[in-house]
Amino acid sequence: MNTALANEYSGAPHGAPVYELTNVSKTYARNKVVALTEVTLTLCKGSFTSVIGSSGCGKSTLLKIMAGLIPPTKGRVVLQGRPVTGPRRDIGMMFQQATLFPWKTAVENIVLPIEIRDGAAAAKKALDKAHELMEIVGLKGFENVYPNELSGGMAQRTSICRMLITEPAVLLLDEPFSALDELSRDMMNMELQRICREQNATAFLVTHSIQEAVILSDDIIVMKPRPGRIAEVVPVDLPRPRTLDMMTTPKFGAIVDHIRGLLDKGEDM
Amino acid sequence: MSDVQANSSADAGQDTVWVQEISLIDSIPRWIAMTFVFVVFVGTWQLTTSLGLVSPIILPTPMETLKDMIFVGQNLLTGGYMLLALWITMKEVIYGFALAIAIGFSLGVLVGETAFGEKAVMPYLVAIDTMPKVAFAPLFVAWLGFGIESKVALAAFIATFPIVVGTAAGLHAADENARMLFKTMGATRMQTLIKMKLPTGLPQIFTGLKIGAVGVMAGAITGEFLGGGRGFGELIRVAASQLNTPRVFSLILYLSLVGLALYVLVQWTQRKVVFWHKERVGAHDA
Ligand SMILES: Nc1ncnc2c1ncn2[C@@H]1O[C@H](COP(=O)(O)OP(=O)(O)OP(=O)(O)O)[C@@H](O)[C@H]1O
Ligand SMILES: [Mg+2]
Repeated sequence: MNTALANEYSGAPHGAPVYELTNVSKTYARNKVVALTEVTLTLCKGSFTSVIGSSGCGKSTLLKIMAGLIPPTKGRVVLQGRPVTGPRRDIGMMFQQATLFPWKTAVENIVLPIEIRDGAAAAKKALDKAHELMEIVGLKGFENVYPNELSGGMAQRTSICRMLITEPAVLLLDEPFSALDELSRDMMNMELQRICREQNATAFLVTHSIQEAVILSDDIIVMKPRPGRIAEVVPVDLPRPRTLDMMTTPKFGAIVDHIRGLLDKGEDM
Repeated sequence: MSDVQANSSADAGQDTVWVQEISLIDSIPRWIAMTFVFVVFVGTWQLTTSLGLVSPIILPTPMETLKDMIFVGQNLLTGGYMLLALWITMKEVIYGFALAIAIGFSLGVLVGETAFGEKAVMPYLVAIDTMPKVAFAPLFVAWLGFGIESKVALAAFIATFPIVVGTAAGLHAADENARMLFKTMGATRMQTLIKMKLPTGLPQIFTGLKIGAVGVMAGAITGEFLGGGRGFGELIRVAASQLNTPRVFSLILYLSLVGLALYVLVQWTQRKVVFWHKERVGAHDA
């Protein structure tokens, strides 16, 4: 496999480049695990990119480095012209668990990032915006409900709002809906697509579902493990906006098959 | 039309009846069950004494005890010397508990939040905690005298450790996701502590406080037994030395009411503060 070539990847020709990763490598000092080697990629404004690969191939590591949560061992991460050296306001993140705090109501959870960054007064001012966001994701009427009264899907919607409240330029999503059932998951994915279009956000999604990756993305990065690296970038040229019934088209099926083939090959490497 | 219909079964309109496997003894209402146990207990007690199995000096009859409780109750209500003694003991308990909370919480944060505290302070705390703490009572008396100070010190000394342990455990209760989330929001260490770790750990902290509330009573009374003074413990000690067992019994019962009140106060505060955390009370609570 010609990894050198595959790693040189520029995102779909949307807008200007927002995220630029150059030769990013990560070796965890604790156990000397080489989680990532020489990852180079560029994400353009408004593009949707998914990362797929077997467990342990470094997807979460890549996301954490991009988010400024952990430093790379080598390489360079630049977001909107400024190197990423720590968590930043223009980065929104979402994880597999909604992680809402049970002592705060839904809307208070949503303005938490503002409370942390700008203080309680600013958080109070952001309440109106939080209400708007909740309406967008279909949570109107649940503003003052505590998280233990929300379903799993509602909790994840709330955490979407929390991610969006700071108006981040990029959304980093680590298997955000994998804890949900398939029906709510499809719905949430369509919602995510709509939100990204409306906000013209650049999205980077880690997923284990090939279908999910294909239906949402402009490009799919297929990764291989030991050491974690980019194996191939698969462009998805299905028209936008995507709908769930596209999943039955031959083109969709062909892309899914292609990616499955790549992943299977990765297994015995 | 699909084969499966909303009302498909032949016996439509009939509710299915569940046979719930609840044994008779578990379905008795709480107050009846409690009364039952109480009656059995007092009955056995009465029988043991009226059959002359135990000398009345060792074990008074329930009736004698009740009479003495009424006497002590009158003395307390009319502001007699026993009320003064109770007040002294309660002061020891309150000061001791306040001191234990202040010290225990601070040490708990030091141990739970800093690597230094965990590495260098915790081992010593564990070592001291395993000692029989009442053995320090004579020392406190020697240092602080026969006044309430030595009792406050012993009460606080005993109650501090569970609060340290509860606080430290509480600070470790936050999961990786919550820590990560606070990191992405650019939270400072202080913000993470105050807005996330402490609220997350409140259930454990309150568990520590409840164990401490029990310990603080034991500490105050032990202090009075060993260090004199004019508190309730002294009344018990004097009554016991006069072989006035009904008095000892009724004093202990009143004392346990104070202990219970303190425990209930902490429990009530917990319900108000940690409103989102539902405690499992018992295995058989539906
Ligand atoms: N904090 C850490 N310390 C040491 N090693 C780690 C750490 N985090 C991850 N690793 C190692 O790095 C490799 C990549 O882990 P990572 O979590 O990035 O994988 P992943 O692709 O997200 O897997 P999954 O699909 O299961 O979430 C794994 O071998 C893992 O054991
Ligand atoms: Mg992962």
